[in-house]
Amino acid sequence: MNLLEVKNLNAWYGATQALFDVSFDLKQGGITTILGANGAGKTTTLRSMCQTVKTSGEVVFLGDRISGLATDKIVRMGMAHVPDGRGTFTDLTVEENLRLGAYSRKDKDAVSEDIEGVFEHFPRLKERLYQQAGTLSGGEQQMLAISRALMLRPKLLLLDEPSFGLAPLIVQEIFEIMRNINKTNGVSMLLVEQNASLALNLADHAYLLETGNVVLSGPAKDIRSDESVRRTYLGY
Amino acid sequence: MKIRTLTLIIVALAVLVLPWLLTNFRVFQLNLMIVYAIAVLGLNLLTGYGGQISLGHGAFYAIGAYTAAVLMDQASFSAYATIPFAAVVCFAAGVLMGFPALRLGGHYLALATFALAMAVPQLLKYKGIEAYTGGVQGIVLSKPEPLFELEFLGQRLSEDRWMFYFLLIVAVVMFWLAKNLINSRMGRAIVAIRDQPIAASALGVQLATVKTLTFGISAAYTGVAGALGAIAVAYVAPDSFHSFLSISFLVGAVVGGLGSIPGALFGAAFIQFIPNIADEISKSAPWAVYGAILIALIYVAPGGVMGMLNKLKKGDAK
Amino acid sequence: MDGFLLQIFSGLANGSIYAAVGLALVMIYQSTHHINFAQGEMATFATFIAWSLIENGMSYWLAFFLTVGIAFVGGLVVQRIFIRPVERAPILNNVIVFVGLLVIFNAMSGWIFDHTVKAFASPFPTVSAVFPKYISGHQLGSLGVTLAVLLVVYLFFRYTPIGLAMRAAAQNPDSASLVGIRVSWMLALGWGLASAIGAVAGMMMAPVMFLDPNLMAGILLYGFAAALLGGIDNPWGAVIGGFIVGVLENILGAYVIGSDLKLTVALVLIVGTLTLKPNGLFGRRVITRV
Repeated sequence: MNLLEVKNLNAWYGATQALFDVSFDLKQGGITTILGANGAGKTTTLRSMCQTVKTSGEVVFLGDRISGLATDKIVRMGMAHVPDGRGTFTDLTVEENLRLGAYSRKDKDAVSEDIEGVFEHFPRLKERLYQQAGTLSGGEQQMLAISRALMLRPKLLLLDEPSFGLAPLIVQEIFEIMRNINKTNGVSMLLVEQNASLALNLADHAYLLETGNVVLSGPAKDIRSDESVRRTYLGY
Repeated sequence: MKIRTLTLIIVALAVLVLPWLLTNFRVFQLNLMIVYAIAVLGLNLLTGYGGQISLGHGAFYAIGAYTAAVLMDQASFSAYATIPFAAVVCFAAGVLMGFPALRLGGHYLALATFALAMAVPQLLKYKGIEAYTGGVQGIVLSKPEPLFELEFLGQRLSEDRWMFYFLLIVAVVMFWLAKNLINSRMGRAIVAIRDQPIAASALGVQLATVKTLTFGISAAYTGVAGALGAIAVAYVAPDSFHSFLSISFLVGAVVGGLGSIPGALFGAAFIQFIPNIADEISKSAPWAVYGAILIALIYVAPGGVMGMLNKLKKGDAK
Repeated sequence: MDGFLLQIFSGLANGSIYAAVGLALVMIYQSTHHINFAQGEMATFATFIAWSLIENGMSYWLAFFLTVGIAFVGGLVVQRIFIRPVERAPILNNVIVFVGLLVIFNAMSGWIFDHTVKAFASPFPTVSAVFPKYISGHQLGSLGVTLAVLLVVYLFFRYTPIGLAMRAAAQNPDSASLVGIRVSWMLALGWGLASAIGAVAGMMMAPVMFLDPNLMAGILLYGFAAALLGGIDNPWGAVIGGFIVGVLENILGAYVIGSDLKLTVALVLIVGTLTLKPNGLFGRRVITRV
């Protein structure tokens, strides 16, 4: 069974339509990336997964229809979302942010185990455990946001522009860790990125959006090596 | 002759004859309704058109009423002469309140004006100014006498009937002024500030001046209503200006339709006559009815009576 | 000196009640950015319920806890039925709904329990065990009860998962739903808690002020002043604000302006804080300028 199946997805902000008949599938275990310029509809696609925007069309997650369900219900089915802007609870501590990530889990005992797991990926968070999240640097907040999402033990991790506003070195570090997480925890990922080369290095499969339509799809390797595609669509 | 003009003439004649067809007491009730219409119009200018929420207009009503009462009682003013004074005093009070209001929006303004509404009745009972205000007992006035004698349709021209025509003239003038204000540049500035303050400011509208003036004008209207009310009832006392009076005006504005001038009439009719009907059920019933209707309107018909009428008109045009 | 200490203690006792009301207001403000104008009337109504339970033979403390429970459920239900539909509506609509609730609760108090002033029992001895010269038994008891309530609320928010979830939902509702929190139920819970705290405040106030439908109207104003003084988004600021307002009220009343103008003092405090120091003493968020 496919992890995620999206058929003829349309999305609106108020009266403005942002996505037009978008369709794609995600297989379990892989990393897929959605690329495109500003305003192409990448963030909207992720928001459509969690139903935080108005949609029509079908979204099926692990065999269950999730179109029209409440966001918190979808999250509890195993889909974690790291939103653009990180979405950390800035007035709460790092530890409280992590605990909140595990809020909906029933297996409370495994939570401390998972916190330890998070520290292995992001040791810096351990140092700052009782600090207020708002005082962390941009990179550390991104690490916290990803960790909070991991605390759900999600089957699918949605990431919205994790490289945004971060220094290149930090971004490299985070992307390496994400590759690691995908291998060790087996978490599938759907990554939205403006930085195409970074994303294509990490992902297995890629989709390209242009003003709300899918214009290109294929294995990341092929797109990466196709110079004409890169120059026409991705600008490098 | 156009249908519209004909209807207007018929309505005008009906209104002029009305006091002679009703008992004195009913005329008195109608008088209060006209007074409330002016008060609600004042609130509507500030909240409906200007978007500044006031839960304290009862305070301006009280200030207007007491201004008139004190002038009549202590300085032997004639009732008619007190009206301009009440307008000026309340305009000043409104402008005064308008300054802190500049920094407040939404809830905070509602909160501050609510505090005003609660503080004023207590202030009026203050022993320090009792010599002027009459303290808890208030001030008893006498209704102005008609200037001539008249009998019509078997009724005589009583103080209340005389008052009716006076109130009618004042009301027509106030409503006409309000209509001109709204259609003027100032009026458009007021609405622009409500809807898009930043854009308005960028276009050269002086936010602070307009907002403060709106408060002043609105307070003046309700203050004039207060003065008229004091004369019509011939009595003022602190407990008549309980904080719930402000809520009544709000109910009237919402029922009639915020952002509508004619709506003030419907609203006033509502707050004047519903309590009489609901009173039959229980002393508290009017307020339960107010509360329930207020909430129901917000869910179902936020535009009030005028909103519903406009929708019907549009439906007809289709 | 004696008289002064008397005013201070009395001010602290009253202040604890203003602190409780202020806390309830801040709790609702924090999660919804709305000011609950109906808070006072809901508290009064709850106090009437307690009164009728006691009149019908129930022991005081049983009635007390039962009323707190009823108030909790009541607040929750009010949020679900009346507040939720206008959550995203313009501020004016919200204010009108709150005012409508204020009016309905006040009317219900009068309708069901009528307007005659009633005596409400105090469960505390008349003479205080501590500082009997400056504070009455009831004042000490009510100070103790409100402090206990404040402590329980603090522990709840700090150490329980639901408390954490409510704080998260109040600060950042979008992120909260992304971790699986049902935000709208958190809001309802917040209302329930605020309502329960209000009921406690009402029951502590009633023996002193006597019970009639207008019991909490003035207290509400002080609660507002307390919340604003402390910073409208800071619950513990509201608590400190409450004590400050309580003591200030008594000192000003005794030595400066007499007890007739207390509401005017509240008005001046409110308008003054809003214009001169809109963030209060401890608040952080700037009040939006229109």
